[in-house]
Amino acid sequence: MLFFENLILAFTALWVNKMRSLLTMLGIIIGIGAVIAIVTVGNSLMNSISSEMSDMGANNIVVGVQARESEEESDGSGMRFETLRGAKIPMEKDLITDEYIRELTAEYPDEIKAVSIDTSLGDARVESGRNYANISLRGINSGYMGANNIKMQAGSEFGSKAYSDGKGVCIVSDRFVSNMFDGDNDKAIGHKIEIEMTGRGYKYYVFTIVGVYEYVSQGFEMQAARDVSTEVYIPISTALNKNHLKGYTNFTIVTKQGIDSDAFALKVKEFMERYYHNNRDFTISTFSLASMVSAMTSMVGTVSTAITVIAAISLIVGGIGVMNIMLVSISERTREIGTRKALGATNGSIRAQFIMEAIVLCLVGGVLGIGVGIIGGAIGAKALGYEASPTASSIVAALLFSMAVGVFFGYYPANKAAKMNPIDALRYE
Amino acid sequence: MKKKQKQEEQLIIEDITDTAPDALEKESDEAKEAGTEPARADQVKPDTLREEPGNEDPPVVIDMKGITKKYFIGQPNELEVLHGIDIKVRKGEFVAIVGQSGSGKSTLMNVIGALDRPTGGEYTLDGVDMFRTGDSELSEIRCKKIGFVFQTYNLVARTSALKNVELPMLYAGVPMRVRSKKARELLNLVEMGDRIRHLPDELSGGQKQRVAIARAMANDPSIILADEPTGALDSVTGRLIMDIFHKLHDEQGKTIILITHSPELAAECERILTLKDGVIINEQKGSGRNAVL
Repeated sequence: MLFFENLILAFTALWVNKMRSLLTMLGIIIGIGAVIAIVTVGNSLMNSISSEMSDMGANNIVVGVQARESEEESDGSGMRFETLRGAKIPMEKDLITDEYIRELTAEYPDEIKAVSIDTSLGDARVESGRNYANISLRGINSGYMGANNIKMQAGSEFGSKAYSDGKGVCIVSDRFVSNMFDGDNDKAIGHKIEIEMTGRGYKYYVFTIVGVYEYVSQGFEMQAARDVSTEVYIPISTALNKNHLKGYTNFTIVTKQGIDSDAFALKVKEFMERYYHNNRDFTISTFSLASMVSAMTSMVGTVSTAITVIAAISLIVGGIGVMNIMLVSISERTREIGTRKALGATNGSIRAQFIMEAIVLCLVGGVLGIGVGIIGGAIGAKALGYEASPTASSIVAALLFSMAVGVFFGYYPANKAAKMNPIDALRYE
Repeated sequence: MKKKQKQEEQLIIEDITDTAPDALEKESDEAKEAGTEPARADQVKPDTLREEPGNEDPPVVIDMKGITKKYFIGQPNELEVLHGIDIKVRKGEFVAIVGQSGSGKSTLMNVIGALDRPTGGEYTLDGVDMFRTGDSELSEIRCKKIGFVFQTYNLVARTSALKNVELPMLYAGVPMRVRSKKARELLNLVEMGDRIRHLPDELSGGQKQRVAIARAMANDPSIILADEPTGALDSVTGRLIMDIFHKLHDEQGKTIILITHSPELAAECERILTLKDGVIINEQKGSGRNAVL
């Protein structure tokens, strides 16, 4: 009963000194707002990453050629830079060949579901009359579409014949079709497109469209939708011919269901390293997406923790502000306290009244802070191109924490009020 | 200071166990019960009661013996304000305490009203030994047994007249509905029934004092302590306030102790105690009647 009365009293006191209360709450608002905003953005980021990862398949293992850290280089002058070493470009002999991959899949038929290989040929701009589309040309193998969750919208994937004889066929995105053929898939399929490569010398290719895939936005687009570069896929054999290459720098293994991809990644590394046993410059590295996800998670977690600590400092500063204003309020209302005591208020009920006032001050600050945080988090997440997803747990935690700040910083002033001598309080001018 | 007080307390405790404090309390309880319905008939004509000495006297509600009050105890500037005060006030009396400023009136008032603890002596308020009470018991005594009326009204700011009157009941743990009903009744009694939603800022001095009197009555206290209730009011408004006290005394049989500067107002009370330099120097009978009527 007194609880309810104290609540009303506290809100009245807050409302009477609106400006002062707001300024006092500012520290709490900023602190809580920052925490909620950061947690929201971090959570959105994690949601987006994990959904992207599961799109790509969390049980994928990426196998790649990696420059060896040679001992000769690291001793000597000792002044070599990482970037210089990393800049070593793999030669023909260093690349992963079809033969290695064949042997690997033959060795682990129970673990490997599919192998995805792709190689980039560079960027280009396709023009036809007033229409244009930015593309990047990529050679893919039969496992690529499945490993990357790419869905066909019209036409068909490359048949085994297309992969083997290197015929001039390609698959384009629906966005490409909307740019070039006003979105008419039927018109696009069977049409020949001319591609002039822009980088590294002039190259000119002609491909026939055999299929259209569904383009999935990567979330982070700086340009207008029309200008976004989408990929045009051609069979990997064609790409190797055009590039005059006989191998790849990396490929992706899709493991079967129930395989521990972290452990299997080590086995693959061991198996592949034997091809590079005598290679002085390069070796093989593998990493699973699962390990990448956990690395990203812990990184986001670390950043969140750091910012939360800063926000906690702001909350403490805010709490001190609350304590300060409570002391002011109590000295302003000394006579009221004296009167209440004369009318029979116990020390406990005076203490409860002022602690409640401090809690309400902090709690209202906390609620405003949550509002600020949700809005800030939504803006932040949108700026990064993710869906804002505030967490209920962080909101509840924020409310509880702001209440705790109220109790902690309200106790001393409230106790001071409670212990006032009624006569002195009544006489106070 | 505390040690000394404790010693005294102990002495008193022994004293009291001899005279059985329960009996005292019972007596007062019975008196309270008796004071509700059947006793009211007696109190309608209190004068006849008092004028017939053969009748049993009403119970004593305030019993002070040799009360002293010292400030700054043990320090070089130690100051004794009250030098052994003896007062007995019976239920239903209307007593005035007069004296010049500095005579110790207010200190005495605070001691009577359980706002302050006396340094020495014996004090029993409505059967409760005031030397044996802790802070929270003092709060309860102030809450239930005493109603304060101050010179400066001391209404709680930004709180309506109704809520102000409800306040003592709030601390007494009275349920909300009962509180509100009782507060309205009391405000009607002091003719403030049409202003229950007004804030103290919106009331005149006399109106504030009437709300304050209603508030003092909230928990049906046995004693109303009024510290110069008309001191800040003009004579006409002061008259109105004084009439309310008469009404409470005559119609409800309230025990009222009034501190005042004004000899005319004091003369209206039944008994007048004159305080000077912390000692009661004179005690005389008053008319007990409103001078104007």
